[in-house]
Amino acid sequence: MRTRCIVDYGDYESVMGLEVHAHLLTDSKIFCGCSTAFGAEPNSHTCPTCMGLPGALPVLNKKVVDFAIKVGLALHCGISNKSIFARKNYFYPDLPKGYQISQYEEPICTDGYLNIYTDGEKKRIRVNRVHMEEDAGKLVHENTIENSAYSMVDYNRSSTPLLEIVSEPDIATPEEAVTYLKMLRDILLYLEICDGNMEEGSFRCDANISVRKKGSDVLGTRTEMKNLNSFRHVEKSLDYEIERQITLIKKGGQVIQETRFFNADEGVTYSMRGKEEAHDYRYFPEPDLLPIIVDDKWIEEVRKTLPELPMEKMERFMDEYSLPKYDVEILASDKELAHYFEETIKLFPEPKTVSNWIMTELLRELKDGNVSPKDSLLPPAHLAELLTLMKDGTISIKIAKEIFPEIYKTGIAPKKLVEEKGLLQISDESTIMKTINEVIARSPKELADFRAGKEKLLGFFVGQVMKETKGQANPKLLNELLLKRLKGE
Amino acid sequence: MKITKEIIENTAHLARLELEPHEVDLYTQRIDSILQYMDSLNKLNTDGIEPTSHAVPVECVLRDDRAKRSFSVDDSLNNAPGRIGSFFQVPPVIEVEE
Repeated sequence: MRTRCIVDYGDYESVMGLEVHAHLLTDSKIFCGCSTAFGAEPNSHTCPTCMGLPGALPVLNKKVVDFAIKVGLALHCGISNKSIFARKNYFYPDLPKGYQISQYEEPICTDGYLNIYTDGEKKRIRVNRVHMEEDAGKLVHENTIENSAYSMVDYNRSSTPLLEIVSEPDIATPEEAVTYLKMLRDILLYLEICDGNMEEGSFRCDANISVRKKGSDVLGTRTEMKNLNSFRHVEKSLDYEIERQITLIKKGGQVIQETRFFNADEGVTYSMRGKEEAHDYRYFPEPDLLPIIVDDKWIEEVRKTLPELPMEKMERFMDEYSLPKYDVEILASDKELAHYFEETIKLFPEPKTVSNWIMTELLRELKDGNVSPKDSLLPPAHLAELLTLMKDGTISIKIAKEIFPEIYKTGIAPKKLVEEKGLLQISDESTIMKTINEVIARSPKELADFRAGKEKLLGFFVGQVMKETKGQANPKLLNELLLKRLKGE
Repeated sequence: MKITKEIIENTAHLARLELEPHEVDLYTQRIDSILQYMDSLNKLNTDGIEPTSHAVPVECVLRDDRAKRSFSVDDSLNNAPGRIGSFFQVPPVIEVEE
């Protein structure tokens, strides 16, 4: 259970819109052929174009357009047949040209939406636009930023491709914001265009937030939140900011439109005022790049490559396999996990049992080792085999759970391991009876107490027999035989 | 639109240009006259005409997503005013990053 305290907003409600920057999984940068590989020696992936040297010209990477169309279609956007790039002008050492090439007036994708589940209800969050742009370089400091006598710049990230995905202010609570972000991230992962890593900055989020009196249809003055590099930060900073704005207004103050920086250690947002004054970007059409023409044929070609998306998969799993929403949300959040599930039920067609084992035993092991389902040493066939052994009574549930870590780690087939270790369930009446008799013979007091009415001592006898048989006695049969014997029948 | 001294000063600041007072006057006058000339275009009826963002009627040329060799780190840093290891060294950025 979560322990977040629920804030009562009183007469007020909050309104949020999110801007997401997603790093694209291309091999080369958006306007030059330098590599986009992460973690290389600083400035080793640079050239005149991405360092903004005079005379160098940008040439657009086709895959970036492919990816933009893909995301646009997945988010039900209109794809513009013609869109243009613009220059966003500002000075900062991580921006070598003095401008960022972005899209402004005519972005490639507009007016879409994304569905999320919130409080069990489906809710539509509208997407204003998806546009292509280049990232800036990276500033590095040796000590804390305040103590540095200088800044260091690495331009490897300069001009790597980004998609900016902007939602409408349709998000009502911090929880909804996180649900939206998770769904958007799942979609990008399904499309295989972004690795979704928030800590490394490949999936970044800025949040616009305002509050207003309940029922009002006018938006309040908003602030923009930066430095939200985990889902928890998003939720915490929005919680903080809602409370800050409401308290301010109740005291008769006014919210100032500004950018605020979230300090995760203190759980507090700070004003970044000062930087705001310079926010006159003087956008104008980028003269070095011609309009991007995307014809319907291109759009249809990309449409054909779209996989089944998380929400569709969730709904199909609920429908086809009668699984509860809780299960499908987990299974469908990862394309590989969903695939693993479907491969397993082909061999062991009991969806709920398979789902339970995946969500508990398998996910625990995968998370421990940070392994993707497709790289698991335990293939779907082995999980199905284990469940079959359990179902036909060859092994008990207890044994199945016990050997799970071993078959997961070694890749050995469950049947083989069970045979090698002699873990077969004992379903032979005379063998179990023999052990029962031994246990009863050495426990005369417990037997007398049981017969005198202390029936809960049954558990004691079951435990003793299980201990003797190393947990391999068939529990159902053991219960039957034991009861008969104890009652002296 | 009338170009004022304030607009020129602000634009110069945004572009990190230092102008002498007499230059501010000069550019105020010159840019104003250029814009006045452009204003004559506003008198034309442009209903139904698509805005032009580029003078040449060709579409964007695209390249395939193939990574090529980059500069060597030494070449990249060759003209840098300051260098620390493989980094460019620049005056400190005081504002909080990101």
